Amino acid sequence: MNGDFGWALRAATFGLALATGFSPAAAPAADGKLIVGVILPLSGTFANEGRQYEQGIAAYQKLNGKTVAGQPVEIVTRDDQGPGSGDLARRLTQELILRDKADVIIGYSFTPNAMSAASLLGEAKRPAIIVNAATSIITERSPYFVRVSWTLPQSAATLGDWAAKNGIKTVYTMVSDYAPGIDAETWFKKAFIAGGGQVVGEVRTPVTSMEYAPYLQRVIEAKPDALFAFNPGGDVSVAFMKAARERNLAGAGIKLLVTGDVVEDNSLSLIGEGLDGVISAHHYQSGIASAENERFIKAYKEVAGAEAIPNFRAVQAYDAMDLLYKAVAKAGGKTDATALLEAMKGITLASPRGTITIDPQTRDVVQDVYIRRGEKVDGRWQNRTFETYKAVADPGKTAR
Amino acid sequence: MSSLVAVLVDGVAYGMLLFLSAVGLSVTLGLMRFINLAHGAFAMVGAYLAVVVVAAGLPFLLALPLVFVVVGAFGIAIERTAIRHLYRRSALEQVLFSIGLAFALGALANLIFGPQQQAIQTPAWLTGRVALAGLDITSYRLFLIAMGAATAIALIYLFEHTLFGARIRAAVDNRRAAEGIGIQVERLFALTFGLGAALAGLGGALSVEMLGLDPAFALKYLTMLLMVVAIGGAGSIEGSLLAALGLGTIDALFKYLLPEAGGFVIFGLLVAVLLVKPAGLKGRAA
Repeated sequence: MNGDFGWALRAATFGLALATGFSPAAAPAADGKLIVGVILPLSGTFANEGRQYEQGIAAYQKLNGKTVAGQPVEIVTRDDQGPGSGDLARRLTQELILRDKADVIIGYSFTPNAMSAASLLGEAKRPAIIVNAATSIITERSPYFVRVSWTLPQSAATLGDWAAKNGIKTVYTMVSDYAPGIDAETWFKKAFIAGGGQVVGEVRTPVTSMEYAPYLQRVIEAKPDALFAFNPGGDVSVAFMKAARERNLAGAGIKLLVTGDVVEDNSLSLIGEGLDGVISAHHYQSGIASAENERFIKAYKEVAGAEAIPNFRAVQAYDAMDLLYKAVAKAGGKTDATALLEAMKGITLASPRGTITIDPQTRDVVQDVYIRRGEKVDGRWQNRTFETYKAVADPGKTAR
Repeated sequence: MSSLVAVLVDGVAYGMLLFLSAVGLSVTLGLMRFINLAHGAFAMVGAYLAVVVVAAGLPFLLALPLVFVVVGAFGIAIERTAIRHLYRRSALEQVLFSIGLAFALGALANLIFGPQQQAIQTPAWLTGRVALAGLDITSYRLFLIAMGAATAIALIYLFEHTLFGARIRAAVDNRRAAEGIGIQVERLFALTFGLGAALAGLGGALSVEMLGLDPAFALKYLTMLLMVVAIGGAGSIEGSLLAALGLGTIDALFKYLLPEAGGFVIFGLLVAVLLVKPAGLKGRAA
């Protein structure tokens, strides 16, 4: 027993020494190099999401090279293992700044992870570009946050407004019971009720629930014109969409409305028939016809394989890199926090999703939100845009 | 009224899926007294195998027995090489080994298949809806109910009415005496472990359509499976069936009648059962 312990102690000591002392990344950055600390969920349940961001970043560098304004760009990637690891995300942020001398952070797929790092950014004076985390309030937690992704109120309120204007009078809401779900519920209702709609029932389901049949049975009995739903994506959303089809919501005359992340491009083949006629609001779908999107998808497939389909996450990471490159160029090659943040404020980017702007006051993204309907096009299920809300800002802020 | 029945039928189907996935764990945990936290990993292996062979063109109905046999053989191989050394070790060592095995298999799945969700191509007659006595139910759920019932009957027969079953019960109760009367306990345990793995594989293959599949599958549903075994009583086929059906229907019923709290009722139920009957509903006192 004692021998085991001694062995374990030696192994741990050696491991720590490796991690702290001999790591090549511990060396201070050479002058004139731009070091980008990247924090993504790369293992566990959400590894799939992390890979999308990683490949989006790689696709950008494939198209635009690894130098900007004459400086080589070095990417240092760390794994925050998904949500529920806010502490880890904070520690990784600290390590990237102190040890790897990161000039800027790109990352945060989940709200709690971004929140936990907020105070650090101010202390260290490092800007951070958020690649996803979509709860409205995050950018107000630190003046060093810039969000290039989206906010849930952006999608949910737009969808609520569309529903009210398109003959839907009564809605039942069903959201996953955690912060983003409550954001989605709140803002959908706000916009829908403001447009004259009526909410006839609401339910919050456990975040990891995989069995939706009983909840849906209740919705069917309430006979609303539509069901508005939000859940956290991945297998949970696929299970929800399949259950909605199984219970035959459409047959009961109930339209299904969801935020676009529930039916993102990557899971469409898994949802299959369940997508038929589903209305969603989102800021990206791979079918967008534009030169930028074509260029992006081609580069993405070169990086990730010919069969790979990029989703909104890959685009958001691609845009995070674009925002950084453009800001460094605009700041004349300066990479300190003040210069970068000033350059980012008000910047306009030609994204694969369409034109996006960083609001100079809120540092949050302003973008078009597409209203789509699930259809089978050329034998493949897709979300086809039939209406566009132009230049939507985060209603979580404009409302105040 | 008819919608209440519909909810209950859905619950029974979900319960049957739980039963199919958990019963193998009940066998290894209860009959062999081996704490096998890699059970979900065997289910994952079965699920990936099913996805691969169905994508390669094998009909879904033929893929199921194939998965059963292959994962069973894989289980026997693991038992012969590693698990048999652990029978007489402490519970902690069994837990550490099997959870380590689950992590390793999950990482392997990530390497081979990547972290994305997998889909299985089920035949059209399994994805349709059927009207049955005024009820609108999907054929896949009916299929699950039939599979679960058939598996339960086969297992009860195997353990209660065959020589194989009698030998296992004898070997578990008194290994030395069983060996003394000429029962080859080593071979018997390998076969039983293989049976547990094969059942896990079958449950995994049947789960893909409803629960999806990714490398986290090995651990994601382990809690639910352990709940079924704990409530039912380890080693009891009837107990697992009762617990799984109970969890499935009660979960569905409360989600329907009391959606605000419905998702959490079953966990309260677990606590209540274990307080009143620590060995589970059908468990024999250890």
